[in-house]
Amino acid sequence: MQRVPITLTVNGRSISAEVEARMTLADFLREQLGLTGTKLGCEYGVCGSCSVLWDGAAVRSCLVLAAQADGANLTTIEGLATGEAMHAVQQAFWEHHGLQCGFCTPGMVLTAVALLEENPDPSEQEIREALSGNLCRCTGYQNIVRAVRAAAEQMQAGRGS
Amino acid sequence: MKPAAFAYERPGILDEALEALARHGSDARPVAGGQSLVPMLSLRLARPALLVDLGRLAGLDELVVRNGAVEIGTMVRQRRLERDPLVTQHVPVLAAATRYVGHPSIRNRGTVGGSLAHADPSAEYPAVALAVDAQMVVRSARGERTIPARDFFLGPFTTTLAEGELLVAIRFPALPAGAGWGVEEIARRHGDFALAGAVAVLERGPDGTCSRASVALFGVATRPLRATAVEQALIGRVLDSATLREAAALAADAIDEPLSDVHGSATYRRQVTPVVVRRALEAAAARAGF
Repeated sequence: MQRVPITLTVNGRSISAEVEARMTLADFLREQLGLTGTKLGCEYGVCGSCSVLWDGAAVRSCLVLAAQADGANLTTIEGLATGEAMHAVQQAFWEHHGLQCGFCTPGMVLTAVALLEENPDPSEQEIREALSGNLCRCTGYQNIVRAVRAAAEQMQAGRGS
Repeated sequence: MKPAAFAYERPGILDEALEALARHGSDARPVAGGQSLVPMLSLRLARPALLVDLGRLAGLDELVVRNGAVEIGTMVRQRRLERDPLVTQHVPVLAAATRYVGHPSIRNRGTVGGSLAHADPSAEYPAVALAVDAQMVVRSARGERTIPARDFFLGPFTTTLAEGELLVAIRFPALPAGAGWGVEEIARRHGDFALAGAVAVLERGPDGTCSRASVALFGVATRPLRATAVEQALIGRVLDSATLREAAALAADAIDEPLSDVHGSATYRRQVTPVVVRRALEAAAARAGF
């Protein structure tokens, strides 16, 4: 079984590890680093629940081998809050009932964070298109879209002040 | 861990990668962005003995204009093709098609060469390559050759790439100023695989008639196809909406080996093909000044 040495940054922490060549990044985050906030739904790129940020851009960690992530700078859901203070998107999901069972939430939140980084004032249609690759099977999308829109307004107000 | 075990190499220079591919023949698979191959590994639809990771190869992520074509390195990420000014200026149809490729998080990792070499019959890039007569630049340990897009795609997930050959760049000829283009597809949701799609490029000649018509179909047959009957019905004509509709109606004739699955039967795909072709033609005709 071939093992591959990798060095990467996860949530601001530099990590060196050896991974099996066949291990996906999602399995590495969950099983080797214990970061189980990254959820695995379909494991073939359809549901979006394993989304993480790679240099700020959303990526599906089930579609990347851990070996390919050598040198990457990743943010998982565990790295989003600042101490006890939630990220504006997390706060908005809470306030607008953007989650119910919570399984799709890490992927939804990180995909929304990447969207707002690129487009700080998205229309409802743009939010829906940006989240179209993330499946929710219980909350319903209405409140998720509302939460992202509210987070956009909150973050813009924060920038303005 | 779902994939079966495989050996893994991550060479830093192209010759090393070509040497590894030559040494292992059909047991080796190159991996670019991995957005199609990694799920195939997880589903064990692909079980290569060796994976050659192209992620560290220098020079495969360049995008330049050369000899009237935009030459795009195989590792250029799809996300970049959406907005790179050289692409939006010279091959805007490629930028427009990119917005239909999966979702942003797929396009952040997925590459242009990976998509073309994967040759999914539902994919957008093969049809764009066919519509604009792109050239595939292929390297192996034996040397380099260039394959026209029309000779490249053989069937589902099958190209003319021989064992040990690697697609290293694609030359998309720049569209002339004034050329019109359109990309349309039907899918269950935005970002899903196309059930039927069309890419059209039209040019208006000095006499006001259509001097060039290129129409490529995807998602409807085992490989991307040129709808030559549609093209012939447009050349030399003034393109009003009736002419476009009549030409588009001929599109389904091109489908020799139809796709049919749980998402869309062959009958359905045949029926909607003229619709996507008409929409793509209308967009192209408007941009071409008809």
